[in-house]
Amino acid sequence: MAMEINTEDYQICYDPATATVSFLGSIRLSGPAEYAPIAQLLTQVADVEPTKITLNLQQLEFLNSSGINMLSKFIIEIRKTARVRIAVQGSQSIGWHGKSLRNFQRLMPGLQLDFL
Amino acid sequence: MSLISNFSSHIDMTQIFGDFIEPSASQEYLIIGFSPSSVPLKQRWRNNGLSADFLADYLTTFFPGNQDEPSTIERQAEIKSAVSYIANELLENAMKFNDETSEYPIDIKLLLESDRVIFSVANSISPQAVDKFQAYIQQLLTSEPSELYIQRLEKNAADESCTNSGLGLLTMLTDYTAKLGWKFHTVHQDPEVIAVTTMVQLTV
Repeated sequence: MAMEINTEDYQICYDPATATVSFLGSIRLSGPAEYAPIAQLLTQVADVEPTKITLNLQQLEFLNSSGINMLSKFIIEIRKTARVRIAVQGSQSIGWHGKSLRNFQRLMPGLQLDFL
Repeated sequence: MSLISNFSSHIDMTQIFGDFIEPSASQEYLIIGFSPSSVPLKQRWRNNGLSADFLADYLTTFFPGNQDEPSTIERQAEIKSAVSYIANELLENAMKFNDETSEYPIDIKLLLESDRVIFSVANSISPQAVDKFQAYIQQLLTSEPSELYIQRLEKNAADESCTNSGLGLLTMLTDYTAKLGWKFHTVHQDPEVIAVTTMVQLTV
């Protein structure tokens, strides 16, 4: 299982040293089946049970609602196990971050959200 | 407030839901049309994002940014991001729910007014899918959007077989405080072809 996904439109990479998954580009896949490889990558990161997983979205220009659904599902799964903390890093200069990232905190009140 | 109004005659039947308006004629607008094609949806999927980005790029020329005034640059970026998100979600829905058996075209129209952007997307919908969609519209119009949004995410997370998140329209309400409206119109009978126009009004 690759811990890195590279396509023309987006890149996702995992840094084990900091348990950080970084998302870059535009991800607008058509549904859960197309998002499965990304969901699997996230599940693999969670399986190691680091104390904290960081989702670095600072260079994620676009994410469609199916992608928001996929990340939300991951956050709900982590919340259920209650063993791992999650931090989400957004950017002040990317419009959808300010509008949509706060919803993750509503799913998991302890989630750390920073706009960098 | 009445959520539904029916105007029926023996041939023409139109149903309106939510905030649907017939815009006045003299406006700035841009329209992109797609013919139903034999190319599989999977291969056409990337067109949604490209079209959405194009519409968003085009629109920013009407909201000029001035390097000396950071607020204008921020506003331009915010409008661009919102237009791209909404246009992409509307196109994704249109492509997913389009009635592939009909020849009815899909189009997206972007209208610019002084204080709002109006998106209008038309596609055909399978007559068998109309009731389910209208029930979902009623739910959107009668629920508290942010509560419905969380409920929906929890439900989707618990349902492994979920193929359609149902979040696109909902995020327009919760995250973009947009107004939504729909028009269902029977454009042909025998075989029955029903067109749905989804309208989104975004305050800018």
